[in-house]
Amino acid sequence: MTNSVTNTALPDTAEPTNQKPEPPKKGWTFGRVVGNFLVTLWIIAGLGILYFLVVRNNVTINFNVAEGFPWVDLSADPKFLQRYGMKLLEGFWVTLQVVGVSVLLGALLSVPIAAMRMSNVKAFSVIAYAYVYFFRGTPMLAQVFLIYYGAGSFMHELRDMGLWSFFRDAWNCAIFAFTLNTAAYQAEIMRGSIQNMPKGQWEAASALGLPRWLTFWKIILPQALIVSLRPYGNEIILMIKGSAIVSIITILDLMGETRRAFSRTYDFQAYVWAAIMYLVMVETLRRIWNQLEARLTRHLQR
Amino acid sequence: MRFMRFAAVAALAVATIGGAHAKDWSKVRMGTEGAYPPFNYTTADGKLVGFDIEIGNALCEELKIECEWVTQDWDGIIPGLVAGKYDTILASMSITPERQEQISFSKKYYNTPPAIAVRKDSELAGVTADDLKDISIGAQSSTTHSVYAEEFFTESDVRLYPTAEEYKLDLESGRVDAVVDDVMVLSQWIDSEEGSCCKILGTLKSVPRIHGEGAGIGVRKGDEDLANMFSEAIVAIRANGKYKEINDKYFKFDVYGE
Repeated sequence: MTNSVTNTALPDTAEPTNQKPEPPKKGWTFGRVVGNFLVTLWIIAGLGILYFLVVRNNVTINFNVAEGFPWVDLSADPKFLQRYGMKLLEGFWVTLQVVGVSVLLGALLSVPIAAMRMSNVKAFSVIAYAYVYFFRGTPMLAQVFLIYYGAGSFMHELRDMGLWSFFRDAWNCAIFAFTLNTAAYQAEIMRGSIQNMPKGQWEAASALGLPRWLTFWKIILPQALIVSLRPYGNEIILMIKGSAIVSIITILDLMGETRRAFSRTYDFQAYVWAAIMYLVMVETLRRIWNQLEARLTRHLQR
Repeated sequence: MRFMRFAAVAALAVATIGGAHAKDWSKVRMGTEGAYPPFNYTTADGKLVGFDIEIGNALCEELKIECEWVTQDWDGIIPGLVAGKYDTILASMSITPERQEQISFSKKYYNTPPAIAVRKDSELAGVTADDLKDISIGAQSSTTHSVYAEEFFTESDVRLYPTAEEYKLDLESGRVDAVVDDVMVLSQWIDSEEGSCCKILGTLKSVPRIHGEGAGIGVRKGDEDLANMFSEAIVAIRANGKYKEINDKYFKFDVYGE
């Protein structure tokens, strides 16, 4: 991803070749047979899930041709959705809130971390490196547990410091853990894309007498943002999916509501709806990101 | 659609009739949770112990069958049985109408009431919904106790935890004001060093619709013959004193109930 964007930003210096590409092969090659077979399997699986939802919700379709005009009667008895549909939507909203708040706070926190990481002061870069190393190297589940139950066992100390009222709340603990986690990843994305910019641009700007802050603000950062857009999108998608673990510290997010509905009904469609809702979130984000990228790279389009 | 349902029922019936005779119960895989002391839990060195485990082993001995224990998270314990990962659930599972739609049960092997526990310094006075208004109550998710709490303590903030371990930690640290679970589970914890923070506030009257008629051994639908074998074995170990021996090892009184 990173390479393709930088390549389009720089003129391609390779000699243009006059060879025509080979025409595609005709007939059923082995690859096509396998490809078609696999796609068919996916389609069957998708239809199977759809059929399962239709059966579970007692959907019936009647073709009514008696009254001259052919009406189609659609009736359904979605008991599960009537009882738990709103709950799942509430969970959906909670997941959006958890991810939204922690990604935004993480973005704020990632700026000083990235700056420290790129700093020439050894102590700063070591501290930032250790921070990133820890949060990227351990599972988010472990981090949430450490913060939630770890705080619980240091309750007296925290109370003396006046911090217990913050850590007492599961919501705060979850946001705190997710923010620290995503800040580490976002700092690395930011550092990577800034350091990815060719040194020559700094040198050229300084030859023109531009101050360093202006070079950074007007030349380096706009290009770095293009490079980092996709990694940022990936990070948010990972957070959306990763946030499902908050259900184990008593926050009823989408996954929590799903598990609760499933435990009451043993109806597997709970998980199907949850999967669909997560897909909706990720797909929406993907579309927004396509728009953003088109906007940011409009000067590169021919 | 009606035909599909008929076909499904017919297929199930054929499987049941065919299965009941074809199945050989000389070897049975027993599913349990392994995180619910004193009924079933795992010791520090990884051994599965507890009242449920010993009762299960005694029943298998009585039936002269070989039993192998499998542990499974509570949330997935019924789907795991249905999927065939093990043949029985012996995990203090209450026999409730909701669960009976999914699986079948043997007769009960114990029946104890639910209770509420609070920290020792708690100012709560009673266990009615009114007494517990506006406070937070912890319970293990997917349990009868969580269903009860959500239905009866509607004015309280009910929090659901994956295992009993976690609500105990949060009661101790004060994140929840009270917890609801089986009286034996709570009192065993409170008698231990870890539970010294807390006390039993009182027991609740069990609601048959929610709490069922005690804990039974769950089997897949169609394996009722296996459930019957266990029901008879429960009567047998009650009669020959084996049950009392195990019971007295864990509890001060007979947990079988009347």
